[in-house]
Amino acid sequence: MNAILKTAAKTFTPKSSGDLARLGVFVALAGLILFGALRYDNFLSPFNILSFLRYNSMFALIALGMAFVIMTGGIDLSVGAVAAMSSVVAALLSPYHWFAGLSGGLAAGLVVGLINGFIVTKMRIQPFIATLATMLAAYGTGLLLADNQSVSVSYDTGFTIIGQDDFLGFPIPAWIAIVAYIVGWIVLERRALGRHILAIGDGEATASLMGLKVDRTLLAVYAASGFLAGLAGVILASQFGAGQPTEGVGWELFAIASVVVGGTLLTGGSGSVGATLGGALLLGIVFNILNFENGLGVISLSAYWQSVIRGSFLLVVVILQAGLVKKQDKASGM
Amino acid sequence: MMMTQTSTPTSNTRKINPMGLIGRYGTFAAFLALVVFNILFTPNFLSWQTLNVNLTQVATIVIVAIGMTLVIATGGIDLSVGSLMAISGAIAPMIFMGGLIPIDNMAVAVTLSFVVPVIIVMAFGWFNGFLVTRFAIQPIVATLVLFIAGRGIAQVATNGNLQVFKNEAFQFIGMGRVMGIPAQVIIMLVVALLAHCLIRYTVIGRQIIAVGGNEKAARLTGIPVRKVKTFVYVISAALAALAGLIVVARNSSSDANLVGLGMELDAIAAVAVGGSLLTGGRANILGTLLGAFVIQLVRYTLLANGVPDAAALIVKASLIVIAVYIQQRADKV
Repeated sequence: MNAILKTAAKTFTPKSSGDLARLGVFVALAGLILFGALRYDNFLSPFNILSFLRYNSMFALIALGMAFVIMTGGIDLSVGAVAAMSSVVAALLSPYHWFAGLSGGLAAGLVVGLINGFIVTKMRIQPFIATLATMLAAYGTGLLLADNQSVSVSYDTGFTIIGQDDFLGFPIPAWIAIVAYIVGWIVLERRALGRHILAIGDGEATASLMGLKVDRTLLAVYAASGFLAGLAGVILASQFGAGQPTEGVGWELFAIASVVVGGTLLTGGSGSVGATLGGALLLGIVFNILNFENGLGVISLSAYWQSVIRGSFLLVVVILQAGLVKKQDKASGM
Repeated sequence: MMMTQTSTPTSNTRKINPMGLIGRYGTFAAFLALVVFNILFTPNFLSWQTLNVNLTQVATIVIVAIGMTLVIATGGIDLSVGSLMAISGAIAPMIFMGGLIPIDNMAVAVTLSFVVPVIIVMAFGWFNGFLVTRFAIQPIVATLVLFIAGRGIAQVATNGNLQVFKNEAFQFIGMGRVMGIPAQVIIMLVVALLAHCLIRYTVIGRQIIAVGGNEKAARLTGIPVRKVKTFVYVISAALAALAGLIVVARNSSSDANLVGLGMELDAIAAVAVGGSLLTGGRANILGTLLGAFVIQLVRYTLLANGVPDAAALIVKASLIVIAVYIQQRADKV
C-alpha cells in the first residue's frame, strides 16, 4: 500500500507544465510589483500594502478552498453566496458576543459546505450543478435573514477587531490567511489526505479501487471550502461593519480565476497551495494598479471595464493553460 | 441513448422502476400539481391576465433554455447566455436611436436593430465554440469568460446608462399581438417547434446527440465534432440575443446591468427539470418547454401567495437538485 502511494505521489505531480505555470505566477507578480513601485509614489507605502492585504485576504481564503475542490476535479460555485450569507449571520450574532458572531458565521459556511459534499457524494450530482443550487439557496437565505438589506454589526462586543485591527503591526485578516495557507500547504504536501485529494482528482474510480475513502475525502474538501467561505464572510462583516447579503456575488469567479492563474488544472489531479496564493495576489494587484492608474488620471476606467479586464485575464490564462496541458500530453506520449 | 425511447414498451413490462416513471412523467405531474394548487389557493388564477403574464414571462426563459438544451445535449454548458442577452439588448436601441450611425429610414433602422445585434452576439457564440473546440477548454470555463466579460462589454458600450425608448415597430416583438396572442409567445412556440424538428429530423440534430452520447465514437464515425459543437454555441448565442431583444422591447428600456441577469441559471434549471441529462446525449425540447413552465409557475405561485423572492430562490435550488437526482436515477435502469 505504501509503495503504491509513493509511486502514485510521483506520477500525480506533473513536473513540466505545473512548475512552469507556477513559476510564471511569481514572475508576473514580481514584474507587476516592480512596475507599480516605479510608476506610483505610494504603491509600496505601508498604508497601501496593509490595506491591500487586509482586503485581499478574504479572496485568498476563498481561493484556497476552491483550489482543493478543483484538485479533486470538482468546482464550488457557492462560495460567494456562502460568504455573503455568513457575513449576515455573523452580523446578526455579533451583538451577543464577538465569538458568537465568529462561530455563527463559520458554522453557516460549514453547513453549506457539508450540504454540498452530501449532494455530490451521496446524491451523485455533478459538483457544478450541486453548488449552483446551493449558491441560489445560500443567496436566498442570506437575503431572507437580512431582510434584503445590509445588517450593521455591533461595535460594542469587539467583533470588528477581527477585520479591522492589527496584530504585531500586521492586519489580523492577513494573519488568518497566512495560517490557513500554512495548514493548506501541510495538508497537501505533507499529509496522506493531500495525496488522496490529488488521486481522486486524477480518477475517482482508480482512487476508489486503491482503497481510498473517496466520499469521505470529498465531503471533507467541500466542508473545508464552505468553512473558508464562512471565514471570509466573517471578515467581510467585521471589516466593513455590516453583513452584506449581496456582496459576495461573483466572488466564486474571482476564486476560480485565482486558482487557474495559480496553475492548478481545472481537470483536477494536480495543484499548488503556494501558487494559488500567488494567483489571488496577482489578481488583487492587477486591480490595485488599475486603481492607481485611475488616480493618476492617465486613463479613466469605469468600474465596468473591470469585468471586461477580469474576463480577458481569465481568457489569457485558460488559453495558456490549455497550451501547457497539450505540451505535457505530448511530452508524456499520450 | 436513443434506444431508451423506443424500447420502453417491451422492456418495462416485467419490472416497473418507480424512479423511471417519476423521471418520465414527473415534470408533467409537477406541472399539473402546480396548476391544481393555484386553482384552489391563488385568487384569480384562472383568468386571461394570469395566463398572459405567465406566458410572456416564460417566453424568454424557454427561448434561451432551448439553446441551452442543444449545448447540454453535446455535453457542454453555456454560462454566457445572460451576458449575451445584455449585449444584444444594449446594441439594438443604439441602432434605432441613431446612437451608432444616423439612419434616416426608420424601416431600415429597425430591421438593422434586429439583425445586427443577433449577428454580433452569434460571433460571440462562435468564440465560445472556438475556445471549447480549438483549445479543448472545458465549456464551464470557456463560457465563464464571456459570462464575466460580456456584461462588462454591454456596460462599457452603454456607459452603464439606462436607455429609454419608444419605438412601436421594434417593440412589436415584446408588446405586439397576433390574433390576441403576444408576439413573444408565438416566437417561443416557433423556436421550440424548429428545435424539435432539428433534433428529430435533421442530420445535424442526430449528430448533436451522438457527440453528447459518446464523443470519441462520434469522431470515429466521421461526425465533424468540432463543427457540431461550434454550431450549438452559435445557436445558443443567437437565441440569447433574440431573448435580449424581447426583454428590452417589453421594458421599453435597456439596462445593461439587469438584462438577462441570472438567466443562465433559469435556463439550466429548465433543462434539468425538463429531463435532458446534464451529462449530454439527450435533447428533450418539449421537456425543456415544460421545465420552463414549471419553474415559472413555481415562481408565480410563491409570489402570488406572498412568499418573498428570496425564499423562492431556495425553492428553485431544491427543485434543481431533486430534478437532477430523479433524472439520474431514472436513467440508470
